[in-house]
Amino acid sequence: MAVETAPTTSKGQRTLKIHVTINGAPHDVDVEARTLLVHFLRENLGMTGTHIGCDTTNCGACTVLLNGRAVKSCTVFAVQADQGTVATVEGLEKDGKLHPIQEGFHQEHGLQCGFCTPGMMMTAVALLEKNKQPTELEIREAISGNLCRCTGYVNIVKSIDHAARVMRETAEGKA
Amino acid sequence: MAVEIGGIGHSVKRKEDARFIRGKGKYVDDVKLPGMLYLDIARSPLAHARIKNIDTSKALKIPGVVAVITGKDLVPLNLHWMPTLMSDKQMVLPTDTVLYQAQEVAAVVATERYIAADGVDAIEVDYEPLPVVVDPIKALQPGATLVREDREQKDNHIWHWEVGDKAGTDKAFKDAEVVVKQDLYIPRIHVSSIETCGIVASFDKVEGKLTVWMTTQAPHAIRTVIALVAGHLGLAEHKIRVISPDIGGGFGGKVPVYPGYVLAIGASVLTGAPVKWIEDRAENIQADSFARDYHISAELAAKKDGTMQALRVKTIADHGAFDAAANPSKYPAGLFHIITGSYPFEKSFVEVDGAYTNKPPGGIAYRCSFRVTEAAFTIERLVDVLALELKRDPAELRMQNFIPPTAFPYTSALGWEYDSGDYGRALRLAMDKIGYAELRKEQAAKRAKGELMGIGISSFTEIVGAGPSKNFDILGIKMFDSAEIRVHPTGKVMVRIGVKSQGQGHETTFGQIVAEELGIPVADIAVEEGDTDTAPYGLGTYASRSTPVAGGATAIAARKIREKAKLIAAHLLEANPDDVEWKDYKFQVKGVPAKSKTMQEVAFAAYTNHPQGMEAGLEAVDYYDPPNLTFPFGSYICVVDIDRGTGEVKIRRFVAVDDCGTIINPMIVEGQIHGGLTMGLAPALYEQITYDEQGNIQGGTFMDYLLPTAMETPNWETAKTTTPSPHHPIGAKGVGESATVGAPAAIANAVVDALAHLGVRHIDIPITPWKVQKILKEKGVAE
Repeated sequence: MAVETAPTTSKGQRTLKIHVTINGAPHDVDVEARTLLVHFLRENLGMTGTHIGCDTTNCGACTVLLNGRAVKSCTVFAVQADQGTVATVEGLEKDGKLHPIQEGFHQEHGLQCGFCTPGMMMTAVALLEKNKQPTELEIREAISGNLCRCTGYVNIVKSIDHAARVMRETAEGKA
Repeated sequence: MAVEIGGIGHSVKRKEDARFIRGKGKYVDDVKLPGMLYLDIARSPLAHARIKNIDTSKALKIPGVVAVITGKDLVPLNLHWMPTLMSDKQMVLPTDTVLYQAQEVAAVVATERYIAADGVDAIEVDYEPLPVVVDPIKALQPGATLVREDREQKDNHIWHWEVGDKAGTDKAFKDAEVVVKQDLYIPRIHVSSIETCGIVASFDKVEGKLTVWMTTQAPHAIRTVIALVAGHLGLAEHKIRVISPDIGGGFGGKVPVYPGYVLAIGASVLTGAPVKWIEDRAENIQADSFARDYHISAELAAKKDGTMQALRVKTIADHGAFDAAANPSKYPAGLFHIITGSYPFEKSFVEVDGAYTNKPPGGIAYRCSFRVTEAAFTIERLVDVLALELKRDPAELRMQNFIPPTAFPYTSALGWEYDSGDYGRALRLAMDKIGYAELRKEQAAKRAKGELMGIGISSFTEIVGAGPSKNFDILGIKMFDSAEIRVHPTGKVMVRIGVKSQGQGHETTFGQIVAEELGIPVADIAVEEGDTDTAPYGLGTYASRSTPVAGGATAIAARKIREKAKLIAAHLLEANPDDVEWKDYKFQVKGVPAKSKTMQEVAFAAYTNHPQGMEAGLEAVDYYDPPNLTFPFGSYICVVDIDRGTGEVKIRRFVAVDDCGTIINPMIVEGQIHGGLTMGLAPALYEQITYDEQGNIQGGTFMDYLLPTAMETPNWETAKTTTPSPHHPIGAKGVGESATVGAPAAIANAVVDALAHLGVRHIDIPITPWKVQKILKEKGVAE
């Protein structure tokens, strides 16, 4: 449970202590109750890979995984992540090895300006957790809450399909 | 062509991806400096009002609020107005009147982002509402509400601009066998790059140096503008550094100077602390410059056999409250006079009148060279109107009229010299690829069953790469561009250019140009841009000008290096320079391939063993003044099916054949076309900014302003023809915007084609389901 640490800050805002695990690392921190998760990541923790593109939960640039679910972190308070786990773009690469989704976006030219890319990739990761072999339509539906202005989505769909293929092949290899 | 070089024509994977896929891009909002303050802006809820009082006392009492800035505070600094790029001026903050909803009214500077927002909420402004004019046609009528009281001229007319042979065109229309006329409204839209605009301004009071990180497509021009506007505050150009870091999409929206930038710079100069301003999406969409908003009346004169003869176009351009468009100085209506398109009109006349309204500034680009989409949409729609009038197939009518490939270079009736083209070839390829003849048969069969299917064509000609200095300047600065190349002793290369990527992939493609010219692998070439302290002066990236202008500079700078390198190679080979040739990416003695030197060997010698009397080093700079613009073109064919129940338009197929001359990186070009097509689809079917009578914006957030998602966007099919530009050093024409220019007419033509047998001749874009459904009901065919 988020614990109220002081009735108000010097700025007149309620502060709470939260415990949250981000990309596997535990954080015990004081946050203002009104702090959005995206600002907590970007401003408090300096994790600027998660971007902000709108204020109305439409564009998906701020998408992260909260307890394994893709959420738009501009519409979630940091205190709602208390006792939870958060995964961001910064956690995709492991031990110097890119995640298949990162490799897919690079190989299939799924990004141009790169601003929507982290959110787009996190949405794709959530999709591929549930659906190992999505159809084109399933991919398009999954990313329909993530706006891209540069690519026209064609290569993003290919990138996600590429990652799905690689992940299936890897899983089969292990099995 | 050796693949390992990664020169021109290779789909080299992008270098910039490495940081973006790791979340390591550095965008403006990622810049965080010690002691940084945050600026937020209070905006007007009314479209036209007198400010009676601004009460800042409650805001100033909030702990953490450092300052509140109003227009009155800027008067002593003479910063309450700023010049626009179009010889107009724009308020930074108002002193007594606001002219549009969401206009900046006051700024709050605070220690934290949320506190700055709290401060904005605590500002109390007492407004006296004034009458509002939002319709530019009404605005130009006598007695209309005056938008700009500050001007000497007491009406809302900004300028009149015309081009062409009026008398000759009028006569051609009088004598014509067939005349078609169509009024079109091309609505106000917003580029809405996914990253909004922002700045971090950091003024060093000791050094007197201002450093800004800013979402700008043209950092050098911004540096000069800051020096000109704020020179009286002690800012000199050698002590201004503008850094355009990673940019999350531009599309024209990051060319203008917005008041927020000026306020952040002013706040940093006054406080000595770094100040960050990042607008939110509502601010971006409600107050930043808009595109289009052209009310067009177009007429085309032709012979009965379909030969197009003359074009006459009258337009009213809504520029909002300030003419803050970003056109070259001599062209208040941009390059709208490319409107004769792909056809050899003998006579043409075009006139445009600019109008002020109580709306945010309009007239910037939306991923198109200055007003070129407006032009391409009009002519390509009009050709279909003529086809309907003459009961001709629209493809056949185009083929009959195209400027023939033998006519290039071709001078249009409105004065442009088209560099090269083969329009028939592009259309034939598109028709073959989509199966045009079969589709027409299918359409006839469906029509017989009452089903609605349409096929639309757009055979557009673009005009990009501004531009030759004799005609093109911004604020007097000629629109050349630049490249500086340094080859280091170990054969690795640093390239700096005067343009700035917002996603176009310059770090890869400009490396490929140099790789091709110098025979050095693209992996060994670093490309830097966007930092005015290091990059050579350039006018920036917009209007598809990077490759046509800075690309030319890069090729020529590399060739200058090769000239010198040849002398060094001759010295190393102990040969006469005349006997040395550049072949297979190496210098070799003519006829003796075994006697050769690589560029890397030459580079090392340039610093260690250069000929006596020659300067050491291997570097070159080029400021390239293009001899002409470039004229990319293409033919697009769109197939739509219309739902008779909902009125929804479904794009079944869309084939885009583009010709942008020499292609540097096919993968990147295809990606640009995909994106451009999607930004052509957007205004055709979805996006529009409207206002009510009181000037309230309708569609000021992403809840209402409908950017296409992956669900609306079809699986674009692309193909190409290649007609190099004869005047460009590598034959390239530019491609970033072609698809946005060409696509809307193809889609609109397809929808009209689906309904043409019901007597429909035109539908204004965006063609929304309710517009179509209304027509279906009127025609009695709704389900």
